[in-house]
Amino acid sequence: MTTLPSSTTRKLGLVIDLDTCVGCHACVISCKGWNTENYGAPLSDQDPYGADPVGTFLNRVHSFEVKPEDSPPQLIHFPKSCLHCEDAPCVTVCPTGASYKRVEDGIVLVNETDCIGCGLCAWSCPYGARELDGAEKVMKKCTLCVDRIYNENLPEEDREPACVRTCPAGARHFGDFADPDSNVSKLTAERGGMDLMPEQGTKPVNKYLPPRQKDSWEGEVDVLAPFLAPVAEEPKGFLGWLDKTLEKL
Amino acid sequence: MHPAPSVIIFTSLSGLGFGLLTFLGLGYPDVSGWVAFVFFLIAFALAVGGLLASTFHLGHPERALKAFTQWRSSWLSREGICAVAALLVMGLYALGVVFFDQQWRLLGVLGAVLSVATVFTTSMIYAQLKSIPRWNMVVTPAMFLMFSLAGGALLGGQITAALVLLIFAAAVQLLYWQHGDGAFARAASTIGTATGLGSRGEVRAFEPPHTGTNYLLREFVHVVGRKHAQKLRVISFVLGFVLPILILFVHPGHLLALIAVLSHVAGVFVSRWLFFAQAEHVVGLYYGKR
Repeated sequence: MTTLPSSTTRKLGLVIDLDTCVGCHACVISCKGWNTENYGAPLSDQDPYGADPVGTFLNRVHSFEVKPEDSPPQLIHFPKSCLHCEDAPCVTVCPTGASYKRVEDGIVLVNETDCIGCGLCAWSCPYGARELDGAEKVMKKCTLCVDRIYNENLPEEDREPACVRTCPAGARHFGDFADPDSNVSKLTAERGGMDLMPEQGTKPVNKYLPPRQKDSWEGEVDVLAPFLAPVAEEPKGFLGWLDKTLEKL
Repeated sequence: MHPAPSVIIFTSLSGLGFGLLTFLGLGYPDVSGWVAFVFFLIAFALAVGGLLASTFHLGHPERALKAFTQWRSSWLSREGICAVAALLVMGLYALGVVFFDQQWRLLGVLGAVLSVATVFTTSMIYAQLKSIPRWNMVVTPAMFLMFSLAGGALLGGQITAALVLLIFAAAVQLLYWQHGDGAFARAASTIGTATGLGSRGEVRAFEPPHTGTNYLLREFVHVVGRKHAQKLRVISFVLGFVLPILILFVHPGHLLALIAVLSHVAGVFVSRWLFFAQAEHVVGLYYGKR
């Protein structure tokens, strides 16, 4: 079971738009909420109201600063969760077969009743997508909300991962990368969707859309701009008197 | 990487134990009766003690039997199988040597091969991980094997073999440190590739996802102990190799030999601590740490 399938029928995954993400962390909260109340062991917190709280999260939002050489620095919010890699190292290292990649849709899952909590899969993941739960002592990871996307008890618009459903900026997209006409495939092609750490050889399914280049005003001053020069150069009236009086003091 | 005592004890002790079992399986030292009993007792105590220590860091040790199923893909599973096979075969062989004064040659050689295989599979658990460049090297299994054989020869009182193997192990240790120090740079993972933003300019971790710590930082981003790494390398090298080699050169009595063994074991422990504490996981890049 811990060998990887040679190919999967579908390749479900996410496109995350770094241009659009506003860093609100709503996806973090909705993920924690859904995955605590539904499939598998809840995502526990230790010392949640104390001085040193820690907890299990399947999705975390980092923020990075990028300093281009010729333009002002940019702040980029960066949500990170399991990338459901095609060559997932976390699957093959598992000694018990608890960690597996599904042939039908490519989702990487953990069978929690088989997990011995050795942590080796988390060691093997370059992205830090897996966390050992502090209470249940089993490995937790993004399931791509496998209990939502096929769930016919939910209204159709809710049959997508909780993080995608909740994103107020529309920065997260869910779809099938094996279908070249899917929304995620088109977005990836149009916007130059990229892999994280391609040198690690994991072939991530999830793609990140780079921030769009910001436009610049330099060299583009409007012909009417000189006429917009300030009209009152010296203060007059009461303010002028105040200015002069204060100057004399 | 967090240098958890359980994995340090496990890799150090079981390496020594399986090293001694290798030599015993090959008939060195050529002992029988009570003397053999003591040798096998030490070897099994080290090997089994180490394996037991390794179960301490499991979240669910009660499911450990399931770890024997995935030998097709998982080095950890292969290690479990090799270890149990080596212990069973060497247990049978020990019965013959201790109680029947019989050296079942084929069984002994098979046990020795399985013991070496166990140490190799242990080393591959670490060496396979591309996410930890300092471990992802050919030198890693070489180091584990040389440490195990040198320690085994030393414990087995094989002075000439121990001398040669200790010198080789010391050389591999130096090679591992020298090669390992450049491993992270050679792996070419940077905060730029981790975020995919490297081509746009200098990338800096601005805000971590949480104000507190988390599992990833505790497990993978261990920076506390690295401060004294160079000093610890010297200590480890002197205790593990220089002192035992000097003692072996003067052909020791039992007391000096014991000191050589204890010194070597202490050196191996320090080296193994460094093996974990100095290993940097690429996930640290997302946190602007290594």
